[in-house]
Amino acid sequence: MSDVVEKTLTALPGLFESQTGAAKITNRLRQLIKSITELTSKHEEENLIKRELSAIKEQVSSPNTTMKQMREIMVRAMYCEMLGYDASFTYIHAIKLAQQGGVLEKRVGYLAVSLFLNEGHELLLLLVNTVLKDLQSTNLIEVCMALTVVAQVFPKDMIPAVLPLVEDKLSHPKEIIRRKAVLALYKFYLIAPNQVQHIHAKFCKALSDKDPGVMASSLHIYLQLIRESPDSYKDLTGSFVTILKQVLGGKLPVDFNYHSVPAPWLQIQLLRILSLLGKEDQSTSELMYEVLDESLRRAEMNHNITYAILYECVKAVYTIHPKAELLEKAARCIGNFVLSPKINLKYLGLKALTYVVQHDAKLALQHQMTIIECLDHSDFTIKRETLELLFRITNAQNVTVIVEKMLDFLRSCNDEHTIIHLIGKVAELAEKFAPDNSWFIQTMNDVFSIGGDLLQQDVPNNFLRLLAEGSESKEEDDQLRLYAVESYLTVLKGHTSHLPQCFLQVMSWVLGEYAHLQESVDRREVIRLLTQLLDQRSVSSETRVWILSALTKIPEGQTDLILDLAESLSSSQDTVLRQQAQELRHLSQDSQLREWVLPRGAPWDGIEVDSSLSFLDGFVSEALAAGAAPYKPPHQRQEELCEDRALNLEPYSFSLPVSLSSCSITDRQSPTLLSVSSGLSGNSAELSQKAGSSTLILEGVKRVWGKDGYLPQKEATAPPVDEPSAAVQPASQQEAAERIEPRPEPSTQNQDKQQLASSLFVGLGVGSSVSLLGKSEAPPPRFRKKPRPHESSSSSGTSKRSSDSSSHSSRNTTDSFLYGSFPEEEPATSISTFDHTPKSTTANGLSQNKDTKEDRHANTSQILGGDMVIVRPSTIQDKHPPSVSSDLTALLPADLKDLPHSDVISLTSDPSLSLSSCRLFRDEALLLVIFISNCTETVIKDVAVQLTCEELKTASLRGNVMDCLEARSTSVCHYALLMDDPHTNVSLTGTVSYQTQPGHTNTLPFSGTLSTADFIRPLVVTTEEYGKLWLSLSHDVKQNLKLLTDAGDPLRTTLNALKDALQLHVVDIIGSEGIVACRLLSGAPCLLHCRVNGAALAMWLRSPHPALPDFILYHCQRALAHH
Amino acid sequence: MQFMLLFSRQGKLRLQKWYVPLCDKEKKKITRELVQTVLARKPKMCSFLEWRDLKIVYKRYASLYFCCAIEDQDNELITLEIIHRYVELLDKYFGSVCELDIIFNFEKAYFILDEFLLGGEAQETSKKNVLKAIEQADLLQEVRSLATA
Repeated sequence: MSDVVEKTLTALPGLFESQTGAAKITNRLRQLIKSITELTSKHEEENLIKRELSAIKEQVSSPNTTMKQMREIMVRAMYCEMLGYDASFTYIHAIKLAQQGGVLEKRVGYLAVSLFLNEGHELLLLLVNTVLKDLQSTNLIEVCMALTVVAQVFPKDMIPAVLPLVEDKLSHPKEIIRRKAVLALYKFYLIAPNQVQHIHAKFCKALSDKDPGVMASSLHIYLQLIRESPDSYKDLTGSFVTILKQVLGGKLPVDFNYHSVPAPWLQIQLLRILSLLGKEDQSTSELMYEVLDESLRRAEMNHNITYAILYECVKAVYTIHPKAELLEKAARCIGNFVLSPKINLKYLGLKALTYVVQHDAKLALQHQMTIIECLDHSDFTIKRETLELLFRITNAQNVTVIVEKMLDFLRSCNDEHTIIHLIGKVAELAEKFAPDNSWFIQTMNDVFSIGGDLLQQDVPNNFLRLLAEGSESKEEDDQLRLYAVESYLTVLKGHTSHLPQCFLQVMSWVLGEYAHLQESVDRREVIRLLTQLLDQRSVSSETRVWILSALTKIPEGQTDLILDLAESLSSSQDTVLRQQAQELRHLSQDSQLREWVLPRGAPWDGIEVDSSLSFLDGFVSEALAAGAAPYKPPHQRQEELCEDRALNLEPYSFSLPVSLSSCSITDRQSPTLLSVSSGLSGNSAELSQKAGSSTLILEGVKRVWGKDGYLPQKEATAPPVDEPSAAVQPASQQEAAERIEPRPEPSTQNQDKQQLASSLFVGLGVGSSVSLLGKSEAPPPRFRKKPRPHESSSSSGTSKRSSDSSSHSSRNTTDSFLYGSFPEEEPATSISTFDHTPKSTTANGLSQNKDTKEDRHANTSQILGGDMVIVRPSTIQDKHPPSVSSDLTALLPADLKDLPHSDVISLTSDPSLSLSSCRLFRDEALLLVIFISNCTETVIKDVAVQLTCEELKTASLRGNVMDCLEARSTSVCHYALLMDDPHTNVSLTGTVSYQTQPGHTNTLPFSGTLSTADFIRPLVVTTEEYGKLWLSLSHDVKQNLKLLTDAGDPLRTTLNALKDALQLHVVDIIGSEGIVACRLLSGAPCLLHCRVNGAALAMWLRSPHPALPDFILYHCQRALAHH
Repeated sequence: MQFMLLFSRQGKLRLQKWYVPLCDKEKKKITRELVQTVLARKPKMCSFLEWRDLKIVYKRYASLYFCCAIEDQDNELITLEIIHRYVELLDKYFGSVCELDIIFNFEKAYFILDEFLLGGEAQETSKKNVLKAIEQADLLQEVRSLATA
């Protein structure tokens, strides 16, 4: 902005003279500012401001100060705060000023409030009434001011108070008011989304407002909404496209032009929205191709603002469903950015490239020389963005060069955030693409020494886990470990005082575990190197513990030296260190014990950590018997401490540290804590590593890449190339060289660059990129982590299950088609694959099997129609007194025995058969087990059970058809029942058909009802998750229920009663409020918020399912009534 | 946008607007670090800066630095133009604005900012409309001071 005249402070006196008469009000401020500029030291400034603040203090507390004076004081207070001095005593006066002053004072008061107070400040509550009053004012300016402050700071809990007024303003005749109201609602949406859910329709009205400013403001809300759930707003795509077309066509008033570009802010907002809508959606994307094309075309390169639009446009083109023609144009645009001499545009170009190489790696190739230049750019920002880009195009062939570049950069960088960010990426690349062991270990050494103690804990943890767990081949693993040992011994022989603690810890652990692999090195040498570290003052006590535990693991050392060491550390101040020293002493004296505690080469997976510390139970009960106070977890202690201290305004945000997180922290702590708690602490490092890995694993690592490298989805489009990589590599290098050839007189510097280019961009050339994308030859990641033990067992479990169900489905397509979602049971009898032809399958998923006898061979799962009934004990007892002994449950199949189940009840009986049933509660379904007992002395043949229920999905799992039922025996058949829509009660009907004599079929009908309660399952969530879920749910039901007051703690008693009756999960009880969660099988959740309200229990239910809260409420009422 | 800072070449803060709730201590720390980092950059360097997990967009106008913090997915160039539009507004309002205008009338600069950006988002991008809103509010001031005079 060249036309801005720079006036320096030397011009000050003249300025004062010219302005003295103009505004007396701000005189004091002028004086203040003037005197500050005359000061020479910070100390003088402090004194001056101190005097100023005490003067202000005196003035504000004086009753004679007028509002007008107060306004001037407030401006001075703002100035002092801006200089960094505390003027918090004026905050309350700012609120008063907004409240009591005239329009002018109000303006300053509101401004001071918005500058002084944060969203959460308690004084804001005092502002609510003022805002309410001003929102109803007839003075437009006052309304504007109130809306402005509401859109900046407003207490979340008070939103309902002003919401209706703000909503009204959406239809205000003045566009400025409408605009501010829209932005205020946007703010509300950001801090409390559920509060404004009901006014989405009004947002729509704002979007179609005739004033472009109001419409543009509403786009902020839509961008946010669409970001959260793009699917719900697909129908608006057409409108957004139309708006963008109108903007491009210059239909907006010229006021909105910015440097003769029509409404650029609006354009960018729309482009963002469109890219979100078109993402992974071909049909929606097709709607916007035309307008994007026009946008690209219209934005002529002349000003920053058009570049801003182009950049957004390019991003949109690459985000939505691809269209070749547009991609080509967008790629050309990126070229313009990258090649621009303006550095800001170059940066944007790199950023855009970083974004698009994920879709098309070849684009980077076109700009390789620019990228190389940027890599050596003097501007840190450019360099860093270039490395980001290189990170995205790394493959097995260029990894060494790229990692080298990144490490070079890091060595000269001193910004913590950048180091942490990039070093994690280096570690990720090293792990994924390492060409050989020595490179990998060397790179990781660099990572540890550069990253140092800034490193995210998961980098060393992942590395150690990789070493420890190894891959499939033990030989390779040992080689890697050997390299590590050798490398560390070399490092330790050099200067060690500058090494970060985390590196020392890694080294001592590896040496402790694997030094024995290196036979040529004397154990004593290893021990010497490790003990040397202990002498250094810079080594932290945590690292000392690591070192000691390493020493413990190295056998046949110099016992004398070790004993001396242990002796000297036994008197350490650090208890953990002391304990480790004791262990070291004991174990080094008793080799047998060491053998037992630290078995050499024990399988890694076999170690189990008893995290419940059950082996201490005896000790604990003794201590309790001796009068010790029972243990309370930290959160409970803290809770008791601050029980009645503060008013908890947020019911679900956990104000206290959650015990779980503190647990996991202890678990992941280095050797220290575990060795304290576990009895067998000699092996503590190993244990802790194990525990550490169990909490860390991969969550922290951003998996930008598939294990096969980038862009596996391109596989389909890329022609397959069978050549081995070795053949491709030179080709691409050659090509890269050819590309550069036309450049005039390559200097040596240029040649260097070309060489660098060929090594950086190898694997991205046309030939090789295809092969890379095609994945046919890219080497598998060198180090592949083994799945962790429990993961492996569960995954093998699932795979077994899935293979089961797939084989199952080949046998019976109807079954798996309909119920593939829940785990199926194996058929009771083994099946010699026969041709099972499914009977007529109706649309609702019930196959109407009229003649089961013909189909009886097919004892696979069948869904039968029929009439029969099962009953809940509460509802059917009157009909059939329960006469069945519970020993029938012994007949349950082994895999179902452990499920929670109801009592066995008798359904019906006739002289030959008696039927009883039992309900088993499985997470994803209700299992209905029917026991069919033959009461006669003869064999009953061709027994078939049919069950129907209109409201439920039923699936027979096994045993519903039998060839024969032996005399006095009982057969079991069971059904899985699914409830998609809740019903209070559902009735079931069914029949059993059987033959006592050949050709003579008897039928025995039965019926019964099931309650929704049978389909409710506890939903186990944490308080925080509950809080989040609560906010996201819409359907509300509130009701007062009976409170069970017969016990000491009515709330707890009542909730327990409900829990027992309905299988709810009591998430938390905080004071007089309890939160409870459940779900309908594995479907819709329902959250219950209960508060003791006098003698009643105020219950507030929320669920995504509109009817579910009602049904649950009904059953809660019943359960409490029966209690 | 997360916050906007205006500071002088000497590192003196002239204006600060925070759109995210932060405690005072944190604000001071951010301001100190950022002023230092930005002032250390050479004139030919690009106007963007990755800083912590934020993107900083800054531009120098005469002796004043305008500095905005945005999120990673935001558009840096348009933020640069937001700064420019704000400077244009100030220029138009004060008539060839200089640092002193902003020092002595910082509350006015805030009023203008609040009409242009609200809650961290562009509220009104039409120069005419922003100035109209400010003028209307100012008009009251004059009417009143005339009445009291």
